Amino acid sequence: MTKIFDTPLYAYERSDDQDSPIPVRHPVIVVGAGPIGLAAAIDLAQQDIPVVVLDDNDRVSFGSRAICFAKRPLEILDRLGCGEPMVEKGVLWDTGRVFLDEEEAYSFNLLPESGHKNPAFINLQQYTFEEYLLNRLRALQAQGKPLDLRGKNKVTALADNGDHVRLEVDTPEGTYLLEADWLIACDGANSPTRRMLGHDFKGRVFEDNFLIADVIMKVDYPTERWFWFDPPFNRGQSALLHKQPDNVWRIDFQIGQDINREEELKPENISRRLKAMLGDDVEFELEWSSIYTFQCRRMDRFRFGRTLFAGDSAHQVSPFGARGANSGLQDTDNLIWKLKLVIEGKADESLLDSYSDERVYGADENILNSTRSTDFITPKSEISRIFRDAVLTLAQKFDFAHPLVNSGRLSVPCTYDGSALNGPDSNQLPHDTRPGAPLKDADTGNGWLLDQTGNRFQLLAINATVPNQLEAEGIRIEGLTLAASADIKARYLGEEASAVYLVRPDQHVVARWLVYDENAVKTALRHAIGKA
Amino acid sequence: MLNTTPNLANPDDFYASLLNAHEGLSKAESDALNARLILLLANHIGDETVLSAALGAAISRKETP
Repeated sequence: MTKIFDTPLYAYERSDDQDSPIPVRHPVIVVGAGPIGLAAAIDLAQQDIPVVVLDDNDRVSFGSRAICFAKRPLEILDRLGCGEPMVEKGVLWDTGRVFLDEEEAYSFNLLPESGHKNPAFINLQQYTFEEYLLNRLRALQAQGKPLDLRGKNKVTALADNGDHVRLEVDTPEGTYLLEADWLIACDGANSPTRRMLGHDFKGRVFEDNFLIADVIMKVDYPTERWFWFDPPFNRGQSALLHKQPDNVWRIDFQIGQDINREEELKPENISRRLKAMLGDDVEFELEWSSIYTFQCRRMDRFRFGRTLFAGDSAHQVSPFGARGANSGLQDTDNLIWKLKLVIEGKADESLLDSYSDERVYGADENILNSTRSTDFITPKSEISRIFRDAVLTLAQKFDFAHPLVNSGRLSVPCTYDGSALNGPDSNQLPHDTRPGAPLKDADTGNGWLLDQTGNRFQLLAINATVPNQLEAEGIRIEGLTLAASADIKARYLGEEASAVYLVRPDQHVVARWLVYDENAVKTALRHAIGKA
Repeated sequence: MLNTTPNLANPDDFYASLLNAHEGLSKAESDALNARLILLLANHIGDETVLSAALGAAISRKETP
């Protein structure tokens, strides 16, 4: 059977731009049609900003790669119109077990809070994830939205000319030139865009190699995340087992620092490892395998003139904690509404610097967490291993040691504490929904809160009266009155009698008050678009 | 506040039981025991200010750059 990732889903087609005597200028060009580039393009196109996506390939991700998608990215994907099919297809899980040698050290439950539309996590192969994004992209094109995806279009040279970027693009039919008012680089950890523009990408390099094997097998293992430290089948190293849809299982072996890559990737050697783990009687088919090492690093900033970096091109983390694709989706969620306001002339270019500030803050949080997980999973010194093993041994006997076990701190949404865009807070209101935080979903008694927000500035009113529409700085703010349902009360009121929240198009809170004050709202909006 | 004044009722007894616990252990086993002991005590103390003062006090002059 042909795999989805072996099929050209956006085969090369000649564009009129290739026959133009002068380079054609586009408002936005996205480089890279991975998860982040596609999300950026969908976000722009569904808000009627014309976008061209260039990709050097013509198909979805080869192999499963990113497989864990967290609640906040799923909410973003809902806003992009493609979250539901992903959740329907994805594998839901909430239990993780950690083993030391042959014994279980402890298990955890993500304990998803009720009153949210989306689950805490789903597992879904990156190729399926990208396929669903492409389905959404095709649906938008069918509606006449301005979105052009060009396969086998490889950017070979770049120059920032101050008020635009000029690109040289190589295709199967030769080279052509393009210009973009704004360029979004979503071309991965080895970003050719970053290299061509000569920007640094600094951080910590980790030497350990990991072997991924995606295996198709029919077994009745529970739908749980299993993580081993020092198991009998992989002595001195770690291993991970995690389920994906369609009977595909992700198996990840730590294999040490000095390895013979070619030998390790031979099917018979992978098979030997798998049999040691699964037993001789389990039948499986190897779908995809790969060896990776990783680094925890980021660019100094994510905006350089007319170029904006998003996803792995801007920051890279270890895979423990699922903070790669999940953070990239939060990048474009943060960026696109700002870029739209700048393109429409409603905000100054400097608003885009807040994209860099807020997402650098998010990247640092992810790098800190994934570096700590990595230090626990792959101890770098004798004493580091002694303490790691002591934690695991104690965890088998005592509850206190469980929070010290670090097999990955799973991705949580980023709150932009201290962002220059944040407005006033009213401290009496619940901490989790403070300025900078993403809205917490809630059953409003009339549908999910997050389904009623996003893509525009909004005022949420609970036991308060706000206008249906208000205009400031040429931007419309829509009013949304919410009944104080149990969820709304717990998440937005606390002990207070009333509250008013100003919310950004990316569903993050700008400011909040106990009562409505038009002037205060207008001032906060100016703040939120960088005109303070 | 880290208590650095004498606080053990029977210091010789405690010292002896500490050594006793390590009796007959290999270096690796002793290292593991010490690590478990530090983690147990740290959790019992809990207070971050005390723990960080203890870390500071434990770092000897020779090891400080």
